[in-house]
Amino acid sequence: MALPEILTGMRTVFKNVYKKKETTAYPEVRRQPFPRFKGRHILDRHPDGLEKCIGCELCAGACPADAILVVGADNEPGPRFSPGERYAQVYQINYLRCIFCGLCVEACPTEALLMTTEYEISGPSREGLVFTKDQLIVDEPIVRHWPTEKEYPPEHNLLKELEASRSETDAVGGARNAGDQRLKSTAASGRGGAQS
Amino acid sequence: MGGVSDTLGANFVTTKLDRLVNWSRRSSLWPMTFGLACCAIEMIGTTMPRHDLARFGMEAFRSSPRQADLMIVSGRVSQKMAPVLRQIYDQMTEPKWVISMGACASSGGVFNNYALVQGVDQIVPVDIYVPGCPPRPEMLIDGIMLLHERILSGDYTAKRVADEPLDAVSAGV
Repeated sequence: MALPEILTGMRTVFKNVYKKKETTAYPEVRRQPFPRFKGRHILDRHPDGLEKCIGCELCAGACPADAILVVGADNEPGPRFSPGERYAQVYQINYLRCIFCGLCVEACPTEALLMTTEYEISGPSREGLVFTKDQLIVDEPIVRHWPTEKEYPPEHNLLKELEASRSETDAVGGARNAGDQRLKSTAASGRGGAQS
Repeated sequence: MGGVSDTLGANFVTTKLDRLVNWSRRSSLWPMTFGLACCAIEMIGTTMPRHDLARFGMEAFRSSPRQADLMIVSGRVSQKMAPVLRQIYDQMTEPKWVISMGACASSGGVFNNYALVQGVDQIVPVDIYVPGCPPRPEMLIDGIMLLHERILSGDYTAKRVADEPLDAVSAGV
């Protein structure tokens, strides 16, 4: 009597039981965001180590959320910070205000301000989410939109392939890796500092 | 660290018991259905099969504050909504936590005007701030993971008293 209905119901069950699961085990497995995903910012450097940022405050002016604070200062004679006349003495991005629209990156005349695909920046305090210049700036000049180690699943062999190809090919790859390491360490210190 | 060792004194049994209590609380958070704006769509998306909050034991969003212990403030809070939010927070069962999700809830975001509360932490104590506009589900889960760590360590944001007058809220910034 009810057999056809049960069979119809169980057919749906068995059809779905053996399907590939849609769920990504997020904290363990990280999906790679799209290359142009707008995540946290970095401040880039020139190949000679000088900061690209010239403290012009165009990013702060372009920001619709008033998230960026730049205080420029003149480069003194002697060791310089940037090749321009001025440099950013204070550079802060308030990630509680930032809406990740990318207008600041578009406004930047020297391509100093770039966005990464790093998005894990939650924190327990307001103060900890105001990123200062030393958290944003990278030690080595980096190439835009590089995949960070964090975005691959831990056992993903693509990462190993990538590292192998980097170490084989060129010195720029080493710089990229260093940039990644720097980014990771600043992210960790930011979060740690916020908790203390 | 927690309730048991505070009342009975800290020794091996009570601290272990506290840890067990905190672990249970962490493993079964009951979020409040409190979607205010576009962030709520991402919050809903977080419970969907792709990200599946049920993996952390918090798939059941409760419509009653009496049955909830986690408020995810997802979206901008207008000045009119502020007393309502505070009342719902007061009605939630202790211990309770608040995640401020997105730029608007955390600081007002792009809406720096008279109509919105500039940061929900003016009304309720916030445990975790999640930046983004709106945060992608991974960002929210990252915030929830941070909250899990805090709950497990027994490190709660100092709670305000429930009968604190709401005048401070209605007076605005």
